[in-house]
Amino acid sequence: MEYLVILISALLVNNIVLSQFLGICPFLGVSSRLSTAVGMGAAVVFVMTMATIATHLIQNLILVPLGLTFLQTVAFILVIASLVQLVEIVLKKVSPALYQALGVFLPLITTNCAILGVAILVVGRGYTLGQGVVFAIGSSLGFMLALYIFAGIREKLALLDIPKAMKGAPISLVTAGLLALAFGGFAGLV
Amino acid sequence: MSERNLRQEFLKGFFTENPVFVLLLGMCPTLGVTSSAVNGLGMGLATAVVLLGSNVVVALVKNLIPEKVRIPAFIVIIASFVTVIDLTMAAFVPDLHANLGLFIPLIVVNCIILGRAEAFASKNTVASSTVDALSMGLGFSFALTLLGGTREILGAGAIFGLPIPWLVDNPILIFIMPPGAFIALGFLIAAVNTARERVEVAAKRRARARAATQAALVTTPTVKGE
Repeated sequence: MEYLVILISALLVNNIVLSQFLGICPFLGVSSRLSTAVGMGAAVVFVMTMATIATHLIQNLILVPLGLTFLQTVAFILVIASLVQLVEIVLKKVSPALYQALGVFLPLITTNCAILGVAILVVGRGYTLGQGVVFAIGSSLGFMLALYIFAGIREKLALLDIPKAMKGAPISLVTAGLLALAFGGFAGLV
Repeated sequence: MSERNLRQEFLKGFFTENPVFVLLLGMCPTLGVTSSAVNGLGMGLATAVVLLGSNVVVALVKNLIPEKVRIPAFIVIIASFVTVIDLTMAAFVPDLHANLGLFIPLIVVNCIILGRAEAFASKNTVASSTVDALSMGLGFSFALTLLGGTREILGAGAIFGLPIPWLVDNPILIFIMPPGAFIALGFLIAAVNTARERVEVAAKRRARARAATQAALVTTPTVKGE
């Protein structure tokens, strides 16, 4: 039950993109086609879950016992960067087609603040490893959901007649704002 | 670098290459912390200090870092400066530090900083990297303060915490909530785009007018000679 609350809260109520403002760059950058949105979302689900496990272990088995918590930022970002590298190498071997589609964006996952943000949140809130993993899965699925809906809207948006000044980023941002407003409806769910 | 170039280099961050309005970098803190002008300014300046530190250090050590490991090396340099800022702010401005929360450690993944390290500081001298960092950092602060101020005026009826008559009784709450961040930024970018276009059109017209006068001056003597 407790896990379910964490999952729903991370997925819908406190959606990582639309109410926490994490991972906005890929949200705006990779959301022009549904297919790339799914690929990017899947990559984030995988990397975020792995990264949360890795950083949780490092925090509680290395940094805290040795009194090195001030190295948190440096240690976490290095772990995440190496992890992304690893995923990139594996993906290149296993699924060249997906690698082709995501090639440009995979290195960008390193600077996707959602990954580091979730890792820091999990440690900061004192979640156990199990709770942390559920939170990471919920958050990353929330990212994928927001990205998927947004990509669907943008595919339609491309065909519309939009005032010149609003073309491109401005109309995307306003659309995202309306989407965030819709997600506001989930408040009070848990 | 001549003085004129230096000035242009410094001014680019505010308008023509503003990281927020034009390059669309660093969107997460831009949207996440700008519920008031003070938060925006604080976040902008914290980012500017990290950017300055990392640009200077990267420019200093650029020849010592092997090509293949330069990105991890840059990230470690940036993360060290972020830790310094994080601890300094926690000690001296605890309220602001609490308001900005998660977004302080997240400066490390702000694309502007790694972007400038990779695209500028790793190829240029310390002096021009300093100017570049100041330009981008202050341009970022300017954009965040503008967005924070707009949202605070509309959403809370105040500016830098000072209430504005009438507006304070009729706030449009949505603007200090998450959806308002997206909407306000969307319209600000549209305004900046329009302004930039006007400036470009005016500059083009001036250039054309100048060319016309010059052409007239050149042709006049020949007309007289006839």
